[in-house]
Amino acid sequence: MSKLEQSLAAGHFTFTGEVGPPKGVDLHHVMEGAAVMKDKVVAINVTDIQTAVMRLGSLAVSAKLVEAGVEPVFQMVCRDRNRLALQSDLLNAYVLGIRNVLAITGDHVVKGDHRDAKPVYDLDSVQLLKAATILESGSDMGKDFKGRPNKLEGAPKFFKGCVVTPCSDMVEAQILKLEKKVAAGAQFCQTQAVYDAAAFEKFMNEVRRRNIQIPIMVGIVVLKGLGMAKYMNENVPGVVVPEPLMKELSETPKDQTKKKAVEVSARLIKQMKPMCQGAHIMPLGWDDTVGQIVDAASA
Amino acid sequence: MIIQKQKAFEDILKSLEGEQKVFLAGCADCAAACKTGGEEELVEMKARLEAAGKSITGTAVFDTACQLGAVRQKAREYEQAIKEADSILVMACGTGAQTIGETLEKKAHIGVDSLFVGQVNRLGKYTERCSTCGQCVLEAFEGICPVTRCAKGLLNGPCGGSKGGKCEIDPEKDCGWVLIYKKMEALGKLDKMRAYQPAKDQGSRHTPRQFTWPKKTPEGIKK
Repeated sequence: MSKLEQSLAAGHFTFTGEVGPPKGVDLHHVMEGAAVMKDKVVAINVTDIQTAVMRLGSLAVSAKLVEAGVEPVFQMVCRDRNRLALQSDLLNAYVLGIRNVLAITGDHVVKGDHRDAKPVYDLDSVQLLKAATILESGSDMGKDFKGRPNKLEGAPKFFKGCVVTPCSDMVEAQILKLEKKVAAGAQFCQTQAVYDAAAFEKFMNEVRRRNIQIPIMVGIVVLKGLGMAKYMNENVPGVVVPEPLMKELSETPKDQTKKKAVEVSARLIKQMKPMCQGAHIMPLGWDDTVGQIVDAASA
Repeated sequence: MIIQKQKAFEDILKSLEGEQKVFLAGCADCAAACKTGGEEELVEMKARLEAAGKSITGTAVFDTACQLGAVRQKAREYEQAIKEADSILVMACGTGAQTIGETLEKKAHIGVDSLFVGQVNRLGKYTERCSTCGQCVLEAFEGICPVTRCAKGLLNGPCGGSKGGKCEIDPEKDCGWVLIYKKMEALGKLDKMRAYQPAKDQGSRHTPRQFTWPKKTPEGIKK
């Protein structure tokens, strides 16, 4: 059982962090980032070619974290691999010691730096969760020549995660899909960034009303200032930084930006702590803030 | 309909480099509807090519340029003009161009880009509705195709990239899943959104695709 699974099963309010692999092969920054936050979080997500910008992969960096004694959450997007490669990478992950996987649709290639690439999406995130569940049962998605399910030589076992966007303007459709993810095998959920505790409460009430019982970890993207908040409001679907918070950020002196980021993140987590089972902190490179946020939110 | 647009004239000229005599072929079907290779467009292309120093041995608008028999039959009327030409410039879709090239055993150049199978909203505006995936799922989604209208072809619901009913890839494009959701909601069929949709059998999209009737003339079909 992964530490993440154990922590959530034990009912501890659980923190996860996140690192983004570099564009290139210099692991220095990403390993340093993981080292900075590892004692404050239970596991660290490794993003998978995030925003469709070509870079070092999630699998390799997740394996490097395992080597370094840090528990990774291996993020997998559906954009870049067909079902053969996705299933194979799940097996690869298992033999490399990776136990937490997170199924994500993935931003479209037009959002990234290889806009002329062919997007794959052979499976969607629900089907990817199902694929992982099938692998755990000792089979795969294929059939042998007699039409029977293939048998695996040794089956993996994962702690399978999914994502949801609580502040989406189509939140009802998001919750319907979350139900399907759970039915397909999702055991935990990390959300898209949330900055509005009231909206999150409404979302969580609806989730529990639907009897969705998996642990939900609220997502917090560390706000690196007013510019970033504005950018998220304008460009990131399903992320809303409310007006009072915008005002607060606008009144923050430049040299206090990082301090404010920690304060805001910790305050939000404290507000939402009674509603959910953990927090997933996405520092976007401000790796040193993660520990400070965890400490402040736990105080 | 095969939605298409003409290639840039400079690119067409470049493809004809070293060839003096050209036969122009169009199609009365999709190419005419998209104004790439109907009667008028061939007249215009003829004038432009002549102005660029080419001589046009003849022009023909085929009824359906993708239909082997029809192309062969119609080509008989233009036998001499085709024979004289160094090559044929086909102002029709890729299937039309290859059909003409194979049938007439003459080097065939393509003058258009085939874009997609689409709906004609009006002259000059076309939208994709079907990706010819080979296993129609419209019944499961109240008549709106997620394979085509969701940019990611997702079958189990929207991604997190929808905003104001629009898609993350282009604020001008509707999110297919918002359309599906709203329609199901209006029809009181939101329960259908809960049904797990298994991964598609992509075998029906493996190219080159072909389809042959099991019997030469199945029962009930009049030739």
